[in-house]
Amino acid sequence: MIASLAPRAFSVFERNLFVYRRQWLMIVTGFFEPLFFLLGIGYGVGGVIGTIPYGGVDVPYAAFVAPALLASAAMNGAIFDSTFNIFYKLKYGKIYDAILSTPVGVGDLAVGELLWSNLRGVIYATAFLIVMLVLGLVQSPLALLTPVAVIFIGFSFGAAGFAITTHMRSWKDFDFLFIILTPLFLFSATFYPVEIYPGALRWIVELSPLTRGTHLVRSLCFGDLNLLMLGDIAYLSAISFIGYRHAVRRLGVLLLK
Amino acid sequence: MGMTNSAPEPAALIRARGLTKVFGERTAVASIDFEVRDGEFFGFLGPNGAGKTTTMRMIAGVSPRTSGTLEIFGQDPDLHGSEIRGRIGVVHQQETLDMELSVRENLLVFGRFFGMDRAAIATRADELLELFQLSDRAKDQVEPLSGGMKRRLSIARSLIASPRILMLDEPTTGLDPQARHLLWDALQRLKRGGTTIVLTTHYMDEAEQLCDRLVVMDQAKIVAEGSPRQLIAEHASREVLELRFPNGTESIDVKVLEGIGDRYERLAERVIIGCENGEAAHARALEHGLDPESWLVRRSSLEDVFLRLTGRTLDE
Repeated sequence: MIASLAPRAFSVFERNLFVYRRQWLMIVTGFFEPLFFLLGIGYGVGGVIGTIPYGGVDVPYAAFVAPALLASAAMNGAIFDSTFNIFYKLKYGKIYDAILSTPVGVGDLAVGELLWSNLRGVIYATAFLIVMLVLGLVQSPLALLTPVAVIFIGFSFGAAGFAITTHMRSWKDFDFLFIILTPLFLFSATFYPVEIYPGALRWIVELSPLTRGTHLVRSLCFGDLNLLMLGDIAYLSAISFIGYRHAVRRLGVLLLK
Repeated sequence: MGMTNSAPEPAALIRARGLTKVFGERTAVASIDFEVRDGEFFGFLGPNGAGKTTTMRMIAGVSPRTSGTLEIFGQDPDLHGSEIRGRIGVVHQQETLDMELSVRENLLVFGRFFGMDRAAIATRADELLELFQLSDRAKDQVEPLSGGMKRRLSIARSLIASPRILMLDEPTTGLDPQARHLLWDALQRLKRGGTTIVLTTHYMDEAEQLCDRLVVMDQAKIVAEGSPRQLIAEHASREVLELRFPNGTESIDVKVLEGIGDRYERLAERVIIGCENGEAAHARALEHGLDPESWLVRRSSLEDVFLRLTGRTLDE
């Protein structure tokens, strides 16, 4: 479908498919991180505290944590591709210069790269969903929609990561990325309900895109359809759009001098 | 520029008028005019920093011009960049091959950027690999290829969609003489096949060998235009006498130099004298009491044209 809607963007996506046919191991490794968190925190800590209140009932801690880990898996997949890989291509590989000498434009290039980084997020999320199903951590058939829901997470983090990457000057700047990502992962209602935060702090956390993504995925996994999910989607879409527009503008500045 | 021949000329594929590019304070291209005609081998000759690459980038629609008009296939690259790029093949000065793909995959992926269907790409890719003698390396990674092979692959890749115009930026820089000649042959074959070729070079012999017509660029401007033969006839004498003075040329009297040939250029360790007859000029130089360490007589080349026009050699 995308291939016929945006053939030039899709050709950029295809280029990455070619490359990763040989590097699938790199993709596989990204799947294990959330799995380890699930085993260590979900079952380890969960074994100590047992259940946690969610939506007015007590649920197993592992079942509460798993959807958040699924959301962060999608985030990681998208953001690692749109930061490290794109930085490499921008800075060292001259491949973008070659691509832009063809009918492909900067907009096509950005969409193609975002489709790719998103695919990675969707793969991680789907694999993780299978693990959840096997471990009996899924509470509702609506959970089967999570691979679709994570597309919103993938695009927002992919686009934001891409936009930030266009400003990076060296690998050192990536330290800042981790300063953002680690707390984002830890504090975005991943391991405990967002209601735990006092007053203003809570509203800051609510605005974290990962909090929104986690809320979206967790609601599906527990079969708890609510209106706030539309807010999640709108918020993540807005970040995607702003990130994409900025990335395209910066690609123009950097590559079309 | 003054193209007022009465003979009918082939249509211009590229037409620039007052083409200008300014980067901040620096003017990279200062109001140049030129036309590239259908089927022509056209060159931009000039030293590094003369504005050749910037001009190529503007033609390829990846560098918006500051002012002037530019038409490729009669279209403005600022408005129809994608369409124009679909009919142009570009070979960059720096290697831009995809190091994460194999030789053949480089071609396959590139074809997709041009929107070709997979079957057509595969056929064309094998054809090009054959043509550029890369078939036996098709499955190899790009990185270990020799410089000459990488350059041939870059050209093969740029031809995947059978472009009407092929643009090459300094295509033989860094290649050994044998690889250079292989490349020249390949380019001449392409031209015979009807491809219009535009190249930049700072090698005189390359321009002389390949170009039907060329413009000489220096400091963002076009300083001369014509066929290599025309340029030599207009701006250089028939022969050149080169005298070498390892201890420097400053002490040589101007009057002496003026008396030897039609014109002269004084370089740090060489005096270059344009004349009708090099042997006779050498005899006159000795009569005037000059005592060069060595000397040689040769036919005039574009190098002398450039020296004449700018007072500098190209490799300075």
